[in-house]
Amino acid sequence: MSKKYSLGIDVGSTTVKTVIIDGENNIIYSEYQRHFSKVKETVTAQLELISESFPGDEFSVCITGSAGLGLANSAEIPFVQEVHAAFLAVKEKQPDADAVIELGGEDAKMIFLTGGVEQRMNGSCAGGTGAFIDQMATLLGMTSDKLDELSLHAEKVYPIASRCGVFAKSDIQPLLNQGARREDIAASIFQAVVDQTVSGLAQGRSIEGKVLFLGGPLFFLKGLRNAFVKTLGLDEEHAVFPEEAPVFVAYGCALYAASSGDTFTISRICEKIRNAHASDSIVTGEPLFASHAEYDEFIERHKKFDLGYADIHTYKGDAYLGIDAGSTTTKLVLITDDGRILYHHYSSNMGQPLDRIAEQLRRIYSEMNPDITIRGSAVTGYGEDLIRSGLSVDHGIVETVAHFKAASYFCPEVDFIIDIGGQDIKCFRIKNHTIDSIMLNEACSSGCGSFIQTFAMAMGYDIAEFSQLGLFAKHPVDLGSRCTVFMNSSVKQAQKDGATVEDISAGLSSSIIKNAIYKVIRAKSPDELGKNIVVQGGTFLNDAVLRSFEKELGRNVIRPAISGLMGAFGCALYAKEHCTESSLISAEELEDFSYVSRSAQCHGCTANCQLNIISFGGGKRFISGNRCEKGSGTAKKNNVPDLYEYKYNSIINMNNGQPKNPIATVGLPLALSFYEQMPFWQTLFTQIGFRTILSDESSRGMYYLGQHTIPSDTVCYPAKLTHGHIENLLDKGADLIFYPCMSYNIDEGGSDNHFNCPVVAYYPELLLANNTRLSEKNFIHPYMDLNNRKNVIRVLANSLKRFNIKGRIPAAVDTAYAALEKYHRDVTDKAAAIVAQARAEHRNIIVLAGRPYHIDKEINHGIHKLITSLGMAVITEDSVAHLAQTPKLGVLNQWTYHSRLYRAAEYVTTQPDMQLIQLVSFGCGIDAVTGDEVRAILESCGKLYTQLKIDEINNLGAARIRLRSLVAAMQQA
Amino acid sequence: MSDYVKFTDEMKKTHTILVPDMLPIHFKMFISIFACDGYRMKLLRNDSRAVVDEGLKNVHNDACYPALLVIGQFMDALNSGKYDPDKTALLITQTGGGCRASNYIFLLRKAVEKNYPQVPVLSLNFSGLEKGNSIKMGLPTLLKLVHAVLYGDLLMTCYNRCRAYEINKGESKKMLDKWVNRLCNLFRSDNKKYMKAKVVYNDILNDFSSVPVTDEEKIRVGIVGEIYVKYSPLANNHLEDFLISEGCEPVVPSLMEFVMYCAVTSFNNAKLYNNVTMSSRIYRIAYRLLYTKQKQLIKVMKDHGVFEPPHDFEYLRSLADKYINQGVVMGEGWLIPAEMAALAKSGVENIISAQPFGCLPNHIVAKGMSRAIKNDNPDVNIVAIDYDPGATRVNQENRIKLMLANAKTPGSNKRSG
Repeated sequence: MSKKYSLGIDVGSTTVKTVIIDGENNIIYSEYQRHFSKVKETVTAQLELISESFPGDEFSVCITGSAGLGLANSAEIPFVQEVHAAFLAVKEKQPDADAVIELGGEDAKMIFLTGGVEQRMNGSCAGGTGAFIDQMATLLGMTSDKLDELSLHAEKVYPIASRCGVFAKSDIQPLLNQGARREDIAASIFQAVVDQTVSGLAQGRSIEGKVLFLGGPLFFLKGLRNAFVKTLGLDEEHAVFPEEAPVFVAYGCALYAASSGDTFTISRICEKIRNAHASDSIVTGEPLFASHAEYDEFIERHKKFDLGYADIHTYKGDAYLGIDAGSTTTKLVLITDDGRILYHHYSSNMGQPLDRIAEQLRRIYSEMNPDITIRGSAVTGYGEDLIRSGLSVDHGIVETVAHFKAASYFCPEVDFIIDIGGQDIKCFRIKNHTIDSIMLNEACSSGCGSFIQTFAMAMGYDIAEFSQLGLFAKHPVDLGSRCTVFMNSSVKQAQKDGATVEDISAGLSSSIIKNAIYKVIRAKSPDELGKNIVVQGGTFLNDAVLRSFEKELGRNVIRPAISGLMGAFGCALYAKEHCTESSLISAEELEDFSYVSRSAQCHGCTANCQLNIISFGGGKRFISGNRCEKGSGTAKKNNVPDLYEYKYNSIINMNNGQPKNPIATVGLPLALSFYEQMPFWQTLFTQIGFRTILSDESSRGMYYLGQHTIPSDTVCYPAKLTHGHIENLLDKGADLIFYPCMSYNIDEGGSDNHFNCPVVAYYPELLLANNTRLSEKNFIHPYMDLNNRKNVIRVLANSLKRFNIKGRIPAAVDTAYAALEKYHRDVTDKAAAIVAQARAEHRNIIVLAGRPYHIDKEINHGIHKLITSLGMAVITEDSVAHLAQTPKLGVLNQWTYHSRLYRAAEYVTTQPDMQLIQLVSFGCGIDAVTGDEVRAILESCGKLYTQLKIDEINNLGAARIRLRSLVAAMQQA
Repeated sequence: MSDYVKFTDEMKKTHTILVPDMLPIHFKMFISIFACDGYRMKLLRNDSRAVVDEGLKNVHNDACYPALLVIGQFMDALNSGKYDPDKTALLITQTGGGCRASNYIFLLRKAVEKNYPQVPVLSLNFSGLEKGNSIKMGLPTLLKLVHAVLYGDLLMTCYNRCRAYEINKGESKKMLDKWVNRLCNLFRSDNKKYMKAKVVYNDILNDFSSVPVTDEEKIRVGIVGEIYVKYSPLANNHLEDFLISEGCEPVVPSLMEFVMYCAVTSFNNAKLYNNVTMSSRIYRIAYRLLYTKQKQLIKVMKDHGVFEPPHDFEYLRSLADKYINQGVVMGEGWLIPAEMAALAKSGVENIISAQPFGCLPNHIVAKGMSRAIKNDNPDVNIVAIDYDPGATRVNQENRIKLMLANAKTPGSNKRSG
C-alpha cells in the first residue's frame, strides 16, 4: 500500500506553488513558478513533474489562492481561502508567532495571532503589492531584483502616496522627470508598500512581538524586508523570514488537504484540472476586424497621413528641433523648412529624460550635414523645465499648444484631438481654430498607455507583439473601464474563465478607449466629438487601440503616421514660427555636458518642500519640487492678489479675546467645516470664558499622526486629515475638543435645501468611534442647526452643562453670529478689492471654486500660488456667490457649499475677465453631480471649464499643464 | 436646461411604467397595488452586461453604483425595442435626504433626454418632492403598501431560511412564487382581506414550515448595507444565492426597518433642531402605526415559533444609541450600525456590509462603526464589500470566503486582551 501524501496547490495572481507533505506534515516536495497568466497549463505542467516522482501514490488535495477559486470549483477539487491556509501553516510551523504579514502578487494580508485572532485582507481598492513593485520596476526600466539592489544604496526616502498603485505612480513619475536619484526612488517605493500595508491592514491594531513575513516579494526583496523591519521597529529575533516563505501558503493548503478525506492519484488530479470547464460568464464583444481584407483597407486608409522625409546627411539649409519630454517616453523631431522629417526618435526615457535627450542631440550633431543650421528649438511635456534649462532650448510650450499645432498641420479643420500617451490622456475640443475645452484624465485612471505595456510584459510579450495578437481576436473580453487596479482583477477573472491572450489583448485596447471616451471626455454621443478627429500619442500607434476607437465611435478618424511624435512635431513647428537666433546647446558644449543632482529642503515657508537641485556646469542649476517661486532660487516677490492666502491667514490666526482665567481649554480642529465656521466657534467659546486652541497647520506629517485611526481608506483626503488634527489637539493639551454634528449648513437661499455632505455632517461620530483617546467626556459633538438660534443655545447649554455657564450662552451666541457675519463680509470686501486691483493691473481673475476647507495648504497643494505665479488673481467661490442668482439647474440643489458653486459659475459667465476652476477632492461623490452641472453653466455662455482633482498626491505636474493650457486658451480667445 | 415631459393623468391609460429591479418580492406586490389606482407597471428583470455598459455611458463614472445600474437598466430596456417609447414612462424612488440618492431622478432625466425625450420620469417618494410628477397615493393605497412591505418581509425571511435547509431543491422557491401570486391577487381584488394580517401571517408561516428541512447547523450570514446594493441581486452579484451555495443561511433585515427609519428621521430631526412642524407630527403618528403593525408581526412569529421574527424597532433604536446618534440620517444612517449590533446580539456573527464603492454615508455608518461594534461583540466578523462596475466577483467572493473561513476557525476572533 502506498503512503498517504497531501498536496497543496497555491494559484496566486502571478505564480503557482505546489507543496507535498507526508503523514508527519513534513514538506517533501515544493515548487514555485511564475505562470504568466497561463494558469491551467502551469498547474498541469507542475503536476506532471510530480507524477514522475510519485507515480501511483494517492494524494489528498486542495487548492488555494486568488486565481485558484474558479479552478477549484470547475475541477471539483476542495478549496481553502488563502489567508486561512496561511493561518494553518503558521500554527504548524511557527506556533509562537504573534503576527503574520504576507504580500502576494496582488493581495496583502495580515493575521494577528495573539490577543484575539484576526485575519485581514486588503480591500478592493488597495491594490499594488507584488504586481505594484513589478509595475514600478518596469517604469524605471529595470527588473525588480535590480530595484531591490538599488534600494540598498538609498540616501533618502521621498514621500510617495501609499494608498494605491496608480497614485504612487503619479508621485514617482515627476521625481523621475526631475532627475531624482534612482536609488532613493527605489527605497521610496518599498517604503510606500510598507506604509500601505501597515496603515491599510493594521488599522490601529499594533503589530508587535514575533512577526512572520511571508510571500514572494518579502522573500526575494531585501530592501522591502529592511523597510518593514525598520518601520515596525523589530529586531532580528522578532522578524522572522522563514525559508519556506514562498510556498508557505501552499503548505497550509496541503495541511488543509490532509484533514479531508478523498484521495486521488496525480494523474487523476491532472485530468480533473485539464477537463475543468471554464464558466461561460465572460462577456465578449465583436472582433475588431471581421476579415483580413477589412484590416488591409484600414491600413491603407491610415497610410495617407504621413510626412515627407529628408536625409539628414545630405540636406542643406535650416532645420528646427522639437522635443517632447513625456512622462515615460522621450520624443524628438528635427524638421526642414518645409516640414519634412530629418530625424526622429521615440523611446522610453528609462527614468532619465535628460540623459536620453542629450544623447540624441549628440547623435544629431554627429550625423547632420555641416550645412544644416538649427534655427530654433522648443520643448514640451513633463520634463519641459528641466530640459529647457539643461540644454538651453529656445522655447518651452504647453503640451496642448504643441499638439494642436501638429494636428492642424494634418487637418486644418480639426474639431477634436485626442492624445493617449504613456500616462496621460489629453483631449481638446477645437472651436473657431482655438482650443475650446481641455479634458485630461484624473490621477485615478492614469494607467493608460503604460498600463497595456506593463500588462504585455507581465504576460511575457513585448508590446508590439501583444497588441498585434488582439487584432484578430474572435471574442474580445469586456474588462470594464475603471482604474488599473480593477482592470488587473478583471483580467485575472477573464483568464480564469478561459479567455485567450488574444481576447484579452483586444479587450484591453477597448478598455483604454472606453475609459477615454466615457470617463475622460464624458461624451454622450460620437457627434459631440465633431467631424474631424485627429488621434495621436504613442498608444494610438497600436492598431488594435485605433480600431477600437473607430469602432466605439462608429466613424473613421485621422491617425498621422508620426502619431507618437506629434508633441515634438508641434514643438518643431512652433520653433519654426518663432525663430530668431537659437540658443540651443552647441555640439562643443554638449561634449562636456554633465550634471549632478542632489536633494535639499526649502525653508522658505512652513511647507518645507523637498527640493531636487540639479547643477549643470557653469553655475547653472535647475530646482524642482518647489510649490511656489520661493524655492526656485530666482526669488522675486509675487504681488498678485490671492484670496486663498488671505482667507487662510484669517482663519489660522484666529485668536481673539482669550479670557484671563479660562474655565477650561477647548480644542477646535482646523478641519472640514471649521475652515468656515471658525470665527463662530472661536468667538463663542472665548466669550463664554474658555481658552481656545486650534490644531496646527495641516501637513503630511499631520496626516500620518492620525492615519492609524482612519477606518475607511476611500474617504476624501480633507476628512482623513481630520484624524491628525484630533491627535494634535489632544497632544497640545486640550481639556475637551468641540466638534458639532450638523445635518444642515447655513441656509443661504436660492437652493432646494441646505445640507452638509454626509462626511462633513457626521464625521465627529466616526472620529469618536475610532480614536480610543476620545470619549464622550473629552469630545463634545452635539447635533445642532446654526440656522436656529434657539436650538444652538439649547444644545450648547445641554452639552456644556457641567461647566455651569448656561447664563452666558445667549449673549456669546449673538456675538459669535456677528463674528461669523463679519468674517463673511470681510471676505467679500477683500474679493471686491482684489477684483479692482486685478482690473487696474489688467490681470485675468480666476475663481478657484471648491469648499471652505480647500484653503488648507495640505489639501490644495498650493494650486492658488501656481495660479498667481502665472499672473492671474485668485478669488473664491464663496466671495462671489452672492453676486448672482441661482441659474436654472438640472439637478437637486440641496447642499450649501455646492449651491455656491452654481451661483459662482453663473456670476463668472457675466464677467469677461474671469474664469472658473473647480477644485475637486478625490472621492467626493457629490462633485460627480456638481461637476457636470458647473460645466454646463459655464459652457452655455462660452466659458472654459477646468476641473482639478486633488488628493494626497503632491504632484502639481498635471495641474500645471492644465493651468498653462487655460492661460494659452484665454490668450487665444 | 430644457423642460422635461410630465406624466399626465391621461398617460395612465396609455403608458406602461417601468420599475427598476430592487426587491423582486416586494416590488411585485407594489405593482399590483398601483394597478388598482390605474397605473400599469412592469418590473424590469434585464441584467445582462449591457445594463452596466448603458450605465457607464449615461452616468458620471463617479456617481454611485446604484444610480448607474438603475439608469443602465432603464436605458437597456428602452433600447431593447420591447417598449414603445411613446407609451412608456419610468419610475424611480427618491428618499429626499442629504445623500446623492435624491439626485438620481435628475441623472435619469439627463440620460433619457438625449435619446427618448418623450419618455416621462416619475418619482415615488414620501417627502413631497416632485409634486405633480410623482405617483399619487391616497390613504387606502398607503395602507396596502404597508401591508405589502410586511408580507414581503415575512416571505423574504421564510424563503431565505427554508431554502438554506430545504431537502427537496426548489421547493421553497415554489412556495415563494405561490405566495407572491396569491398576495398580488389579494391586493388586486376589491375585498379587504389583505387587512387580516394575522391570518395571512399564520398561513404563510404554516405553509413555509411545512417545507421539509434538514437539521444541520449552518453559518448564518447577515447582510446590511446601502439599500439598493443590499437587496438587488443585480447589484450585489446575487449575494444571497452565493451564500446559499457556500452552505450558509443568509439573514437579510427587513424593508420595514428602513421604512420606519425614514419615518423616525423626521421627528428625530424636529427634536434635535427645535423644528417641530405639521409634517413631523404626522410622521410621528405614522411611525406609531407602523410600529404597532411590526409588533403584531413579531408576536405572531414568536407564537408560531419556527421562524425568527424581525428586530423590534424600538430595540434597534436603543442599540443605535450605543454607537451613533439617531441624528445621522443620510443614506441608511444609524440603521446600519443598529442592524449590525442587533444581528451580532442575536447570534448572527458574520455580517456583510454591502456598499457601493465610495458611498459617502457608509464611510461613517458602516466602515466607521465596525470597530466599535466589534469591540463590544468580539466574536463578530464584519466584512465590507464594495460593489462597482469594475469590481470583480472573484475579489468580492474571496473576501466573503475569508470571513467564512474565519467563522469556521475555533477560537478565532475571540479577543483575550
